[in-house]
Amino acid sequence: MTIAEDAPTTDAPDTGFVGDASRVMSRDNAVLRLSEAEAGALSLDPEDELGESKMIINMGPSHPSTHGVLRLMLEMEGETVLRSKPIIGYLHTGMEKTGEQLTYLQGCTNVTRMDYASPLFTELAFSLAVENLLEMEIPERATWIRMMMTELNRMASHLLFMATNGMDLGAVSMMIYGWREREPLLRFFEKVTGLRMNHNYIRPGGVAADLPDGWQEDLIEYLDAVEPRLEEYDILMTGQPIWRERLQGVGVINEAECLALGATGPILRSAGSSWDLRRDMPYLAYDEVDFDVIVGSYGDSFDRYAIRLNEIRESMRIVRQCIEKMPSGDYRAQNKKVTPPPRARIDESMEALIHHFKIFTEGFKVPVGESYAAVESPRGELGVYIVSDGSSTPVRMHVRAPSFVNLQTLPHLMENGLLADAVAVISSVDPIMGEVDR
Amino acid sequence: MSDTETPEEEPVEAASPVEELLHDAPVTTSFGQTVLHTDVEGYADLLARLHAAGFAQVIDLCGVDYLGTDRTDLPASIQPERFEIVVNLINHAERSRIRVRAQVADDVDVPSLFDLYPGTEAMEREAFDMFGIAFIDHPDMSRILMPETWNGYPLRKDYDIGRIPVQFKGAPGQR
Repeated sequence: MTIAEDAPTTDAPDTGFVGDASRVMSRDNAVLRLSEAEAGALSLDPEDELGESKMIINMGPSHPSTHGVLRLMLEMEGETVLRSKPIIGYLHTGMEKTGEQLTYLQGCTNVTRMDYASPLFTELAFSLAVENLLEMEIPERATWIRMMMTELNRMASHLLFMATNGMDLGAVSMMIYGWREREPLLRFFEKVTGLRMNHNYIRPGGVAADLPDGWQEDLIEYLDAVEPRLEEYDILMTGQPIWRERLQGVGVINEAECLALGATGPILRSAGSSWDLRRDMPYLAYDEVDFDVIVGSYGDSFDRYAIRLNEIRESMRIVRQCIEKMPSGDYRAQNKKVTPPPRARIDESMEALIHHFKIFTEGFKVPVGESYAAVESPRGELGVYIVSDGSSTPVRMHVRAPSFVNLQTLPHLMENGLLADAVAVISSVDPIMGEVDR
Repeated sequence: MSDTETPEEEPVEAASPVEELLHDAPVTTSFGQTVLHTDVEGYADLLARLHAAGFAQVIDLCGVDYLGTDRTDLPASIQPERFEIVVNLINHAERSRIRVRAQVADDVDVPSLFDLYPGTEAMEREAFDMFGIAFIDHPDMSRILMPETWNGYPLRKDYDIGRIPVQFKGAPGQR
């Protein structure tokens, strides 16, 4: 941490952080605050207000490099991006409203569809928030399964980033490799959870099913195969002059700006802050495993690429420790109010069948109160805020989506850069639009 | 479990006669998490004090509509209102979190946090979009997720789901 121990706390509270946030604090900054109607009026009469040399162009909403349906309104002067504004909402399906209609057990099915590249994290944050309200203890094995599965999911998500980042910058071979390495992970998820994506695997009370037979062999085989290949990708990309030219010094942000803008995850770490919830506010059993927090120093797109590449390695380390230390025991809490009875009991006991039926139709009741739980997703802090009125559906289920907040850094990262660099910057922020729009 | 308690605070019952104060605001503990309560008048000042106390990042800001929900977890000095603005902050040096719950009545505007925490820009726009809570002095108070021409505020409790009929092409008539 770069925070000074005796930072003055009265007049200049953010002096402990590297850099100066005045660029983002100003109201007259890189964000193009135009409504669609205003922009439309400007484009009809380009000489008005903007002057002849500037123009507004739209990038997206369906552009190969915008990772879904992100639209950027860019104010351009020649090839240079001056101000910009991300326009979102194209994937908005009211999932927070839907979450108010679903029981806590059904809630996971809903939230898992938000961040479709790393669905297990949203399930985990949701389950942690509900378990906090229930004041429930989770068996050790369930905790370790959760940790292992989310780390594998982090690998899958970062491999997807490597693929799309390569694709956006013209390193198409990396796209093929990234997708290829992600594929066995999805197969493993299918073996464990039954689904390749949108697993609904981590649920309040534990996980949906125990790990299948032979999971250790599968994972060790996979890790042994991918580890040397990752070195090859490192050689292929990291030292390559074209790759470095495209990324180094592009989209620079400092620590104070990141904090002011609420940016978390690899963006914050690229600016030199070693803030990782897994280490700084440990949840699950992260205090029992050994891993490093990868920190950049320049805050540019190259650092964000390098951080994600190395986080794959750290996740591998954690997964190997999980394989070694996986405790035996129950994979979900035997709490009759929350978890259904074991499958075998349903065949022999009418009461168990009724119990099972009740939990899945009526859901379980959660005590009155409100709780916020946060996890470190591949994109930053993913939080779930739940307000309960004591019934089996939440009054409010809010998801703090890291991509939604991180998108605010885009105009600042792209300011005074080239249009071609905008593609590199969007890619390095790695937004998942399902999570942005919810 | 998210580890959010600050060690120096003792949990206080919501209805206890002597209210404990932290940063000059009534404090309660909700499932191990420190929660400060305020109203619209004290909101901006409280956030300024928290900013000065080292809470460098607003990690989340959202609205909640309590229409039709009984409240039991508020300190006695806080008048419950229909809406709440919930702000989660992080103090990186102390590795602690704090939550601020501000009571907001219907049709009351809330001061924007933009000048303290520019990162709240999108979150305040989302609260405006979903609940119709307007923020004073926000640089761009417009809808963010819903279309600009949308009527109504979807996450309000009196905004029913299914109120807009969806028509499918070739669907059979009423059954």
